[in-house]
Amino acid sequence: MTEAWIDAGPADRIAAEDVAPFEHNGRQYALYRTADNRYFATAGLCTHEAVELADGFVQGTIIECPMHNGRFDFTTGEAKGAPACVDLATYPVKVEGGRLLVKLG
Amino acid sequence: MSSAVTRDYSLVGPEAEKAIAAGLASAKWYTPPVTRAELKDLMRREDGPAIRDTLIWFAAFIVSGGFGFYFWGTWAAVPFFIVYGVLYGSSTDSRWHECGHRTAFKTQWMNDAVYQIACFMIMREPEIWRWSHTRHHTDTVIVGRDPEIITPRPPDIVSLLLNIFALKNTVVFFRKVFLHATGWLTEEEATFVPARERPKVYRTARIYLAIYAAVIAACVYFRSILPAMYIGLPTLYGGWFALYCGVTQHLGLAEDVLDHRLNSRTVHMNPIFRFLYWNMNYHVEHHIFPTVPYHALPRLHEAIKADCPPPYPSSVAAYREIIPALARQLKDPTYFVRRELPSSAQRGPLGAAKAKAMVATGAAE
Repeated sequence: MTEAWIDAGPADRIAAEDVAPFEHNGRQYALYRTADNRYFATAGLCTHEAVELADGFVQGTIIECPMHNGRFDFTTGEAKGAPACVDLATYPVKVEGGRLLVKLG
Repeated sequence: MSSAVTRDYSLVGPEAEKAIAAGLASAKWYTPPVTRAELKDLMRREDGPAIRDTLIWFAAFIVSGGFGFYFWGTWAAVPFFIVYGVLYGSSTDSRWHECGHRTAFKTQWMNDAVYQIACFMIMREPEIWRWSHTRHHTDTVIVGRDPEIITPRPPDIVSLLLNIFALKNTVVFFRKVFLHATGWLTEEEATFVPARERPKVYRTARIYLAIYAAVIAACVYFRSILPAMYIGLPTLYGGWFALYCGVTQHLGLAEDVLDHRLNSRTVHMNPIFRFLYWNMNYHVEHHIFPTVPYHALPRLHEAIKADCPPPYPSSVAAYREIIPALARQLKDPTYFVRRELPSSAQRGPLGAAKAKAMVATGAAE
């Protein structure tokens, strides 16, 4: 089954090198914008203790969990060190007409 | 005097189950209102402050250690070894801590390198303490969940006094290192160290034992205690300042509350103490926003102070509260110091009434 692209709001609602929350069908996601204006999406909760990543810190392509500083590469979802040990799910993202579209599988 | 029974502070006893049942484990904690833009600026990482501080730190090691060596055998060596000991056995507490959070430096290998050095010096196995501290942040001063509660109620005064020179901590450290070197964890450690991380624990324990064996061999070979004065013993003879600062963090305050403003202290300290302690005197701020690096904590303090109880003006002022509180807890384990929030403060995620009720649950008065 092919999932539809979901409208996640205006792309410019996310500041450069930052993260914002997005909720769809009761599930939380995190949307990212890099300093060079590339967009990415991952699961919204840290795989360590289910803390909201949208409250975390973005540096380059790393999102750092606000509770325990667990780090993930949000372009791949890869966990980059304890206490983050399990990778994040990632989702395709595109920008059309200034809107951020996410394909949630 | 209260008739309340003493609680079980282990992580595998009935209090652990009670904390989970009460919703105190992995719970939502209070967060003061700070805008995303402001927080983003506060969380921003830099290498500059930590490189500067670390160069000063290494230079202080070399100078104090060098003069200690030069004057060895005379009384003139004593002040230099006092300085070396505090650097080795106490300032490493905050270096371990900040680099464990990976916030001190922007460059991660620098955090990891200083973390490993500081862990060895202060006798904290890096993998064990990374996971222990993770739990401490999840469940700060939640009985049955937090492995870093410095002393239970009633307080264990003997252990506190022994740890002025890290005596109890050192015995516990070596007992655990020997256990880990044989490929085992304690039952409590198994509750917070994931299985995939355990081989690292065993490997590090073996490396630590090899280093200490080499130091002992050097002492025997040179027929002098001098090698151990540089590696090993300074954790003991210089550990007092880490305890002095560490006691101010949570001791005597509320247990089992989901609001760091009620179970942690922010204490103003002089610049030398703040250098040695890397601003961990801003402990309320650190616990609420652990992604904010140590060099930005004074700014974070300014940003949220209207929402927090007043800071203590000095470490002496904090001890004026802590020592009587511990004395009272010897007779009445339910007693604690109740921190009052300013009238303008926001209330916790559970609401003011629930937060106050939770505090009142443990109150003796």
